[in-house]
Amino acid sequence: MSNFKPTLALALCFTLSAPLAVAQQILESPQLGNTVTQMELSELDLIASEESVLPAGSGTAFQGREIYAAKCASCHGAEGLGGAANQPLVGGNMRSEDAPIRTVGSYWPHASTLFDYVRRAMPANAPKSLSNTEVYQVIAYVLYMNGLIDQYKVINAETLLALKMPNAGGFVDMSASD
Amino acid sequence: MSSRKTDASEARATTPTLDSATADLVVAGNGLLSRRLLLGLGLGGAGLSAASGALGADFSMPAWSKQPGPGPSGYGQPSRFAADIQRDPGRANPLYPGGGASRTPLHQLRGTITPNGLHFERHHAGVPEIDPAAHTLFINGLVERPLAFDYESLLRYPMVSRTQFLECSGNSGALFRDAAVDGTAQSINGLVSCAEWTGIPLSVLLDEAGVSPEARWISAVGADAASMGRSIPLNKAVDDVLVALFQNGEPLRPEQGYPVRLFVPGWEGNVSVKWLTQIKLSKEPSQFRDETSKYTDTLADRSSLQFTFPMGVKSIITSPSGKMQLRTHGLYQVEGLAWSGAGSIAKVEISADGGATWAEAAIDAQAGDKSLARFRLPWRWQGNPAQLISRATDSAGNLQPTRSQLLSEKGALAFYHFNAQQCWAVSSNGEVKNTYV
Repeated sequence: MSNFKPTLALALCFTLSAPLAVAQQILESPQLGNTVTQMELSELDLIASEESVLPAGSGTAFQGREIYAAKCASCHGAEGLGGAANQPLVGGNMRSEDAPIRTVGSYWPHASTLFDYVRRAMPANAPKSLSNTEVYQVIAYVLYMNGLIDQYKVINAETLLALKMPNAGGFVDMSASD
Repeated sequence: MSSRKTDASEARATTPTLDSATADLVVAGNGLLSRRLLLGLGLGGAGLSAASGALGADFSMPAWSKQPGPGPSGYGQPSRFAADIQRDPGRANPLYPGGGASRTPLHQLRGTITPNGLHFERHHAGVPEIDPAAHTLFINGLVERPLAFDYESLLRYPMVSRTQFLECSGNSGALFRDAAVDGTAQSINGLVSCAEWTGIPLSVLLDEAGVSPEARWISAVGADAASMGRSIPLNKAVDDVLVALFQNGEPLRPEQGYPVRLFVPGWEGNVSVKWLTQIKLSKEPSQFRDETSKYTDTLADRSSLQFTFPMGVKSIITSPSGKMQLRTHGLYQVEGLAWSGAGSIAKVEISADGGATWAEAAIDAQAGDKSLARFRLPWRWQGNPAQLISRATDSAGNLQPTRSQLLSEKGALAFYHFNAQQCWAVSSNGEVKNTYV
């Protein structure tokens, strides 16, 4: 685990009165980064996860229906079944006999991913064009099409993270086996 | 010119006795010959046109020897006679703007370094045109001091260089399918490349930000239109991950992440996030779309594997390979590339009879840690149908699996991390085609 403190190391170097070590330390780690605040990074840091704070705002499927029809349906289909882009958002069953269709409803383990991905990358031809409120509205509509919420359920930071996705237990984390 | 002519005459003279000359050197079925032959006979020039000698009849002074050519240029380009050596970007998909992949023409290259313009590509929303003066790399989350670095500052850090492969986890994914696709080494296996990557150890920048004790993961995010992100365990991030700024000595190409990318040695290519703009420290992975919906594999029992990072030991034969044509009987070199995310390549074996018998190939010197190794073995082809397969063993002792072993382990629903042995069938008329054994 990396928990090295440059300032502490520098102080240590001085107490050992080893100017050479100080010079080496500055060369290897010149500390040229500028300190920034989370506030300054608010537009650039788009990570929305169970650990990162999701932004303020909320929406319902009822409100998201029009946005979906205008900005998503041309690729994903009017009912989210795939459409021209062949990227279905709705349906599928991981337990089906045939190769399962993997969608937001059948496959995605975390609801936070839906907010994170739509905000950073969708629509594909105009990413980051939706407001946070519009993102909440349109992901509510995707969740509604999957039968996971009703059309008046308010989706916000709190209710989205409280939503348990059907395939939440379907993944095996292989990172520890490396 | 005259000595070359003599060599060719000698080659023609010895051809009828090739069988007897190499009889004692057969080391495996269907004409595989000992690698000892490589030191003796010097097969360097024997390519696919092989034994009969391909010298033209015209020995007059060529035109380019009789007039000066153009002078020096600002940035050199390949010869126009080598202009057919290209990646295969395919057709643009208007529903997926900028998305897609292009593959390295492995069968047209030699050595182990991929030229920068031929390194494979995989983009999720196209190549951003980034002005480095306006680009920021910031580190935030569970750190003592969130920091922002500009490009000029990053250039002042000490850098290290590593010659290592990068492979997309979707490489060779077509070989999971039931029917053997009729493709080339490029179209089937071309999502692997190798370069000298130069950059700053990520651990140096993380130390300057001061990682909090509870942090276990980093999230890396690019500045492309998809803001593509991946989570990486912190222990890997501080082990050997680079914030890379140079590739084969020059600044990264735009399609490889200019001005700055992550380079994560030995792991699936997607985690080496291009156009790197954010590193965020956290307790848990961020569960990005490209580590949940994509880059995960569903097994036969319908559970799905997530964070399958290392690329398994693998080898492919690049010559003879798919859609090539052997024109004459005689001596050939079977050659190809091998690599492993677990270390270096210890051994490559080749079979010409579909895996019944094997012979050890010669490995060229540059078989470093997580780099491409080039192997070769002489082969005498008399027109018998042959099935050429290679299998690699890495320095950790991992042996490249057969396709049926991989399928029995991962099932037919898998798509990523195909590292099984691949077979090129050579028909009696010399056609080379991808097949399953």
